[in-house]
Amino acid sequence: MAELPETPLLDELEKGPWPSFVTEIKQAAEHHEEARDLLGQLERSYRERIGHWKHGGIVGVLGYGGGVIGRYSDLPDDFPGVSHFHTLRVNQPAGWFYTSKALRDICDIWEEHGSGLTNMHGSTGDIVLLGTSTPELEPTFKKLTEKGFDLGGSGSDVRTPSCCVGPARCEWACYDTLGLTYDLTMSYQDELHRPMFPYKWKFKMSGCPNDCVAAIARSDLSIIGTWRDEIVKDDAEVRKYADNGLDIFNDVVLNCPAKCMKWDGEKLEIDDEYCRKCMHCINAMPKALAPGKDRGATILIGSKAPIVEGALLSSVLVPFWKPEEPYEDLKDLVEAIWDVWSEEGKNRERVGEFIQRVGMGNFLEAIGLDPEPEMVAFPRENPYVFYDLSEDEDEDE
Amino acid sequence: MAEKVKRVTDIGPPHHDKLMPPICKENYGTWKYHEVLKPGVMVHVGATGDKLYTVRAAGARLVSIYRLRQFADLADKYCDGYLRFTSRHNIEFLLTYDANIDPLIADLAAMGVSVGGIGAAITSIVHTQGWVHCHSAATDASGVVKAVMDVVHPYFNGEKKLPGKLRIALACCLNMCGAVHCSDIAILGIHRKAPRTDHTQVAKICEIPNVVSACPTAAIRPTQVDGTPSVEVIEEQCMYCANCFTVCPSMPLNDPENDGVSIWVGGKVSNARSEPMFSKLAIPYIPNNPPRWPEVTDVILKLVELWAANAKPFERMGEWINRITWPKFFKMAGIEFQKEHIDDFKHAGLTFKRSTQIVH
Repeated sequence: MAELPETPLLDELEKGPWPSFVTEIKQAAEHHEEARDLLGQLERSYRERIGHWKHGGIVGVLGYGGGVIGRYSDLPDDFPGVSHFHTLRVNQPAGWFYTSKALRDICDIWEEHGSGLTNMHGSTGDIVLLGTSTPELEPTFKKLTEKGFDLGGSGSDVRTPSCCVGPARCEWACYDTLGLTYDLTMSYQDELHRPMFPYKWKFKMSGCPNDCVAAIARSDLSIIGTWRDEIVKDDAEVRKYADNGLDIFNDVVLNCPAKCMKWDGEKLEIDDEYCRKCMHCINAMPKALAPGKDRGATILIGSKAPIVEGALLSSVLVPFWKPEEPYEDLKDLVEAIWDVWSEEGKNRERVGEFIQRVGMGNFLEAIGLDPEPEMVAFPRENPYVFYDLSEDEDEDE
Repeated sequence: MAEKVKRVTDIGPPHHDKLMPPICKENYGTWKYHEVLKPGVMVHVGATGDKLYTVRAAGARLVSIYRLRQFADLADKYCDGYLRFTSRHNIEFLLTYDANIDPLIADLAAMGVSVGGIGAAITSIVHTQGWVHCHSAATDASGVVKAVMDVVHPYFNGEKKLPGKLRIALACCLNMCGAVHCSDIAILGIHRKAPRTDHTQVAKICEIPNVVSACPTAAIRPTQVDGTPSVEVIEEQCMYCANCFTVCPSMPLNDPENDGVSIWVGGKVSNARSEPMFSKLAIPYIPNNPPRWPEVTDVILKLVELWAANAKPFERMGEWINRITWPKFFKMAGIEFQKEHIDDFKHAGLTFKRSTQIVH
């Protein structure tokens, strides 16, 4: 193996207390030509202040339309090790749990077939195996499936669903985020591996309104845990928080968005009828307060990053849903949405943008949901209302 | 005759039950509460009194298999072989024996890996690929992240205290693979010049109607150049989103002189106290200055310190700014308010100040 390239600029990023990605690349470069040439090309990018990757390129494994991101260097003569530098997205286990053995299995496969570099994890949640050549794709895939792993999504398909740690290690989980994530992933393998939609579709599952996987900001369907009965309260533990210095009036009561709490210095009262399930008081006193016992989720739709028509947050579609295996009611809803969006959506139009274009009222009608006041921050402010009074006549004909 | 080997597909990921520690299975859905014991260490207590200790270690998102094997070794040594990753690229070691906590932290420290990021702290920066692997990056990702995390590290490892959580995210272009638009502080790579159209290639490798419809401001029209079909860009209407480049490689925007980063503040995804919010523009443009982007790290440290000194307990960046108002924020942060700060895209009118409630 040849010497590592000179990288005076990147070397600066090996200093300081935070783990250095440069050190990681150098470590891999000891054993992998791909990583060595990545180091060289990246140093060049740092010198020239520009990336050196060509646009896209469609590569993949047999029978799948997603899961591999094609990447080619625009300096293949200088850096032949990255002339192909494709990425495999590998579907992560729900909650990102690993045994040391599972982790080593992945390392061993990537030692043999790729650059030795990974992202743990990519933004959508996949294990990202960073950089290999086209002929290595199929053998890598074969070995992954032998070890029980499969590819994730890319392109206009169901992207790899992901979730928070949920009931596996969190007392706030209002439903089984891992179970639902696994179920949806397995139910929609075809949609995940074979792009068939106008654009990408992301599912994200968060167990409570703290939303640790940012479902409300970056998933077409955001399923966020909540409850609809009283907050579970242990008055003795509340007192202990106060005794230990928590300023319950200023830092808890005054922060309540519903102003539905009282603290007289002795006892905390919560008027649960007005509680908005924001989590603040529970976050502040996890030993004393907990989400109620009638737990479920709010289903929201449509969030996305800016491209094309501007960023959107998800908005309420189903105010309260009681998740029960095998989640047939949810799947019926999802498939009704996919039918409408696939039929009427424009190329590269996310479902949130589609709803903006056709109108939420029309969208609800098309998927068979009744409008509910929880779906809006407030009702319309303008009087430009569409009425269709021709329906009765049509029925007479 | 050779037997045809069946190719395995569509098996999905391994089931999480096979990968999580027994204590998580035994207490699944019945955890009672948790406590932060010290920076980077928390305990979850189950209904039966079971205790699961979590040690959260700093993670560079880009990790080699050699590093991962070291983490696997530590998991074997201290955690019966179990570990997990967080949504923000950290590594969490899951321990059932509290005497293992300090030796694990010592081994991590010997590897140069610190622990922290739990509770009222800064944790790892969610980010994208940048120059390491992306064709549309307007800045690098990993390098900026490393430089920023180095300067805010005392807020990760608990050396310095914060009033609440602060979440930083970086996306190297407007595609925002990392969806950074709801972060306390977002670093966003931007272009500032219209695409350079290669008219000899557009008709060959792009679908012209797709290119035209890709533009959110209708700045792209079909045209003919030297008898060849192509597109023209009305430059005054272009806001450099690069969506045309996404569908048409012959319209690159990358430009070392004019690309750089913008800084956005005050977003959140959690529903705690206030509803989720988008981040808003604080600094329109900072040039790319590799390898350590000092102008970016300076301003972020300044913003963190300003918020830390002025916010009330639990108050996120955006909640603090909403309380003091944006003009006050600009004044306190010493940021000049410019034309670029005023929205001129869809629904811009909703962002104008429509009251006389002004802090004079």
